[in-house]
Amino acid sequence: MVEVKPKPKLNKKAVEMAKQEPNVRNKNFNEVALGYTEEQAQEEANRCLQCPNPMCRTGCPVEVPIPQFIKCIKEKKYAEGIAVIKTKNALPAVCGRVCPQESQCQAKCVIGKMGEPVSIGRLERFLADWERENGMQLPPKAAPTGKKVAVIGAGPAGLTVAADLVKLGHEVTMFEALHVGGGVLSYGIPEFRLPKAIVQNEVNYVQKLGVDLRVGNLVGRIHTIPELMKEGGYDAVFIGSGAGLPQFTGCPGENLGGIYSANEFLIRVNLMKAFQFPEYDTPIRIGKHVVVIGGGNVAMDCARSSMRLGASVCLLYRRGREELPARHEEIENAEEEGLVCKFLAAPVEFYGDEKGWVKSMKCIAMELTEPDAKGRRGVKAVPGSEFVMETDTVIIAIGQTPNPIIQRTTEGLQSDPRHGTIMVNEVGKTSLDGVYAGGDVATGAATVISAMGAGKRAAKAMHEYLMAKK
Amino acid sequence: MYKIVTKTQLVPKINLFEVEAPDIAAKARPGQFLIVIHGQKGERIPLTISGYDAQKGTVSFAFHEVGKSTKDLGKMEEGQEIDNVTGPLGNPSEIKNYGKVLCVGGSVMIAPLLLQAKAMKEAGNHVTTVLGARSEPFIMMEEEARKYSDKVYISTDDGSKGYQGLDFLRELLQKEKFDRCVVMGPVILMKDVSAITKPYNIPTVVTTTPIMIDGMGMCGVCRVTVGGKMLFGCVDGPEFDGHQVDFDELILRQRTMLPEERLSSVLAEIKGGCKCGRSKA
Repeated sequence: MVEVKPKPKLNKKAVEMAKQEPNVRNKNFNEVALGYTEEQAQEEANRCLQCPNPMCRTGCPVEVPIPQFIKCIKEKKYAEGIAVIKTKNALPAVCGRVCPQESQCQAKCVIGKMGEPVSIGRLERFLADWERENGMQLPPKAAPTGKKVAVIGAGPAGLTVAADLVKLGHEVTMFEALHVGGGVLSYGIPEFRLPKAIVQNEVNYVQKLGVDLRVGNLVGRIHTIPELMKEGGYDAVFIGSGAGLPQFTGCPGENLGGIYSANEFLIRVNLMKAFQFPEYDTPIRIGKHVVVIGGGNVAMDCARSSMRLGASVCLLYRRGREELPARHEEIENAEEEGLVCKFLAAPVEFYGDEKGWVKSMKCIAMELTEPDAKGRRGVKAVPGSEFVMETDTVIIAIGQTPNPIIQRTTEGLQSDPRHGTIMVNEVGKTSLDGVYAGGDVATGAATVISAMGAGKRAAKAMHEYLMAKK
Repeated sequence: MYKIVTKTQLVPKINLFEVEAPDIAAKARPGQFLIVIHGQKGERIPLTISGYDAQKGTVSFAFHEVGKSTKDLGKMEEGQEIDNVTGPLGNPSEIKNYGKVLCVGGSVMIAPLLLQAKAMKEAGNHVTTVLGARSEPFIMMEEEARKYSDKVYISTDDGSKGYQGLDFLRELLQKEKFDRCVVMGPVILMKDVSAITKPYNIPTVVTTTPIMIDGMGMCGVCRVTVGGKMLFGCVDGPEFDGHQVDFDELILRQRTMLPEERLSSVLAEIKGGCKCGRSKA
């Protein structure tokens, strides 16, 4: 009889990552997810089949060589592993935390067909955190090309372009309007999901590569793009100025005190650290009953931050649970922490007290309409279904559009009149020669990784443009 | 870092700083503003530009020590450096030859008003300037005002110098015809002057100073209702048609963080050593 060697049994379950308990974490701003230990990372890495034709990589907008870095973890070659990631992704500590892996790389993992896919994001985070603790290594840089590039905005798209182009030997200056780099990673995503020390570390990495970061420098006001190219001597420009302009509901009473745009709320809490007021000078005033309007990741961030500031929170979303655009993980986390959701309802009017502070709001029930040709279901109000809710703080998280300053100050730059987005081709080229754009300013509000993917493609096209330019 | 080149006390608690900021100095225009950050834990403070010198590479701003952040800033001395100055933000004032221009300024905003009065004068206008304050000791920059204006009037709330209140303005408007009015000062002053000029149909421009954080269109805290429309003080303004602005809403919106501002201010004083006799917390 031939003895068959038993195949190692594949564990269908992924290794869990420890989290702070819901009732503890909803009272602090420390990071919720605690990361893998070395043993856990080993165990999870060993679930990877090392497919010769890896599907996971096709799901990654920046094409990280996923099986290769997981192999490095298996072999405990952590420095090598992080170097593999950084050939494609300059911000792994960020992506390991905030990428929607479940709909990207992990959605393509073959193990996902029989059980839970390999936790690629958690492994990426493990390597990035390992590097932060064990010292950063800089990759080799190409010889100087003598070409100068201006990158506008130090968010995910800009940091990616800057890192890629500086490695290729170009001289890169990054102009950031705020007083710190990171863009939405600094002002938008809360500390408990993405600690700001980690963002700063990633920005520092890009600076260490040789990128000159100038903060507090609003392009369009100090220098316009034509000035940068003519007088500043920049051979190419990348616009990654994001989608920073908040949208409002247009309902009466919206200018009452206690009604914040998601941007105002998050800028106060994250960028200006109002959760540490009065140690930090910028305050936030929050009541006991917060209503967050919206259903995206930004709405979840506002809701979870409000709970941490001591409020009870109700999320008001005009569609149903199935239609929530936020990541599942975020919705789950928020509900564990105490979020109450009110679906199929929209605001109508806000009412204030004698001091001009919001005290209640009128809402109306909504119903989903039949799917249109594209399969998207619309909503319509149910007549006569108005109801009043008590509230003392409202946060409006119904989306952002691009800031118009650059479009207004750059002659010949074509933008979409309806959405305010800068018009680009598939590699990010705008209507102006040598000017590229990517991320939210070109697509409207989307994800960190899609902005990085756009940055990646633009950097490649810009490099070709620069090398062809006399 | 932005070095303070000169510090001038205009009146008690109001200082004028001239700081080194060559990039801003090259682009600044009357009516625009800056965001000033002092200290690693500091707020972003919006302050209207009161002067610039492209050759020297400096920009000036005046501020009133009212809360913790401005009090801290007031302790800075010449030669010291401010962490961050961002600008120039907002749209510049429309400066051209209108004919006769009435410039009304109150308190700390007199400093940026005079920058505009000067520009109006240089554009060929006949300039009449009104300086307003609580009482005589707080009237500032009278000499500069006389330099850039054809006529100067003084108004104090208590009548300790010049005219008492704004009643004289009504009489002035009955006698003289103005083609444009510019008001910079407390919201209540802008509201009152706009109400006075309205029956005479004098185009009146006010500089709104709502609460701001980023100052570049991101946060929306500076929203102002102008002619029934929601606009942003930072990117659509800061100057608006005074006959269209909802001043009462603006006043309420300016007060939304008052309890927190007071707390911050009081705590800072205790930390700095108060006179209550107790030891520091």
